Amino acid sequence: MSDIDSRTASGKGPAGLPAGGDVNRGEELSQVRMVWRRFRRHRAAMVSLVFLGLITAFAFVGPFVWPWDHTVSRDILGNQPPSLQHPFGTTNQGNDVFAQTMRGTQQSLKVALTVAVLSTVIGSVWGAVAGYYRGRVDAIMMRVVDVFLIVPLIVAVAAINGNVRGGTTWYAVALIMCLFSWATIARVVRGVVLSLREQEFIEAARAVGARASRIIFRHLLPNAAGPIIVAATLLVAVAVLTEAALSFIGFGIQPPDISLGKMVEGSRTAAFTRPWLFYPPGILIVMICLTINFIGDGLRDALDPRQTMVRR
Amino acid sequence: MLVYTARRLAVAIPVLLAASVLVFLMVDLSGDPLADMRLAQPPPSEEAIAAAEARYYLDRSTPERYWLWMTGIGGNGDIGLLQGEFGPSVRGGAFDIGEQLASGISVTLRLVSAALVFALGLAVISGVVSAMRQYSKLDYTLTFIGFLALAMPTFWLGALIREGGLVFNQSTGTSFFFTIGANSARVGNMTNWEYFLDSAGHLVLPTITLMLTSYAAWSRYQRTSMLEVLNSDYVRLARSKGVRNSVVVRRHALRTALIPLVTVATIGFVGIIEGVVITETIFQWRGLGYFFIEAVRAQDAFALMSWLMLSGTLVVVANLIADILYGVLDPRIRYE
Repeated sequence: MSDIDSRTASGKGPAGLPAGGDVNRGEELSQVRMVWRRFRRHRAAMVSLVFLGLITAFAFVGPFVWPWDHTVSRDILGNQPPSLQHPFGTTNQGNDVFAQTMRGTQQSLKVALTVAVLSTVIGSVWGAVAGYYRGRVDAIMMRVVDVFLIVPLIVAVAAINGNVRGGTTWYAVALIMCLFSWATIARVVRGVVLSLREQEFIEAARAVGARASRIIFRHLLPNAAGPIIVAATLLVAVAVLTEAALSFIGFGIQPPDISLGKMVEGSRTAAFTRPWLFYPPGILIVMICLTINFIGDGLRDALDPRQTMVRR
Repeated sequence: MLVYTARRLAVAIPVLLAASVLVFLMVDLSGDPLADMRLAQPPPSEEAIAAAEARYYLDRSTPERYWLWMTGIGGNGDIGLLQGEFGPSVRGGAFDIGEQLASGISVTLRLVSAALVFALGLAVISGVVSAMRQYSKLDYTLTFIGFLALAMPTFWLGALIREGGLVFNQSTGTSFFFTIGANSARVGNMTNWEYFLDSAGHLVLPTITLMLTSYAAWSRYQRTSMLEVLNSDYVRLARSKGVRNSVVVRRHALRTALIPLVTVATIGFVGIIEGVVITETIFQWRGLGYFFIEAVRAQDAFALMSWLMLSGTLVVVANLIADILYGVLDPRIRYE
């Protein structure tokens, strides 16, 4: 019984099962579809999803289409206002700001997604193990989480990045950010697991003699997917803001590479004199975070059955 | 209550100790404070490097260094957190880490307390108003502002606010907004009152910058908790007994609805520390944020560790205060 439960929730039914397996597949599909249907009803979230898709395309497909890249080019006149050739103008040194924006957005998204995925994996396992074993294991593991939460993210990463000489690339920034952001996820997951582990299907799994690792990975984590997904989504927004702030104070992605925070830093006195340098990176950061927050909101509504009961 | 407080303290101290290990390893393993010296041209003599290594205790092993940094036993008398010594700064003997931290605190405290007061106050007001007029135009507007402020990077907004202030000054030909530093240089004929006004004026724009993110998050929580309380049975009972609306809201609902904010605000305290670093950079304050950035730039390991420990201690103390306040505010919670 417990097995069926986990399969429907995790969406990983082993292939080639007899008829019973096929039935499960059908149920599982309809569950995903149900979540999707509820999500679609959240208008702000749907609009946000479209916008975020456009931004992603702009960041990853754009550089292949656009004639300029983010580096200084001899063919570009420096310090030009927006024109058809350079929609966001050019910098003093001769960079196309439009191409810089693309590249910066790409870096932001890459960092944010890496941070979200890695932190979520680490934090989920950590939190689930702590919540499943409870007692002393839980106490020690959660104190570790407390310790990591004491040091503010930006400050911790800046301290490390600034100490490492010779430039920091996007994946170095992402990895160091992971080191200090998995703890929030661990806390969320532990809370969910603590309540899940008291339910009958876990008891049943234990009764048939399932090992702890099986219970954690096949039963607890798949059933905690809802809160985990929501927390991970919100972490993406936090990571975008943190990466940008780090680059702004000079301890994030280093030149010659560019990021949105670095662009704001370079144009921070130009808000009123040359607004085309100042606004694009800032507005993109706001757009990314705003859309992600709305999507997180929509996901929460779609995945939380209590909410949907009220809505229906 | 006293026992409870003591127990929370007993938990806080090991956490702080563990944090000190983390902070130490983080800074110690990530960089070499003498990197500049080693790469200098012409290269300094071996003796000079060895002397510097001994001066900054780099000739010892990592566990030894941690022990020294905490206790100072076996050092030259300039190290040992528990003795109140922060260690030698690579920026020379004139730079006393303890002194600089203290002067930074006095500046930053002004900014942080102003931002906290305004963020909390505005969050409560707008959260309550939003909840009482749920789904009204006002509610939607406040919600939208909240979402926008949450997505707004502090540094971008801060730069915008600062430039806005400058442009306003220029166009009106006045110096209405102060955009640089925590206060003007104190001239001889300045009275205390004038000095106070000057400091307050310098606070305006940085406070707005720093409080906005916290305000946005907290007002959302306040709205939710107020809504929950307004829909609760005892508020309905109070209304059905014919208690005046203003009394219901103030005495019955608001009091309970304020409790969750205590927790949320303490968790948000970490965010305020991050915000301080950025806000001070933009407005060129010489507070703790400035201290931090300069310490990272100079690869001043002991200064950096001291700063991180200070912020860690502040966070732990904030958590402690929240725990205790929670017990005071919420009579349902009883600690035995």
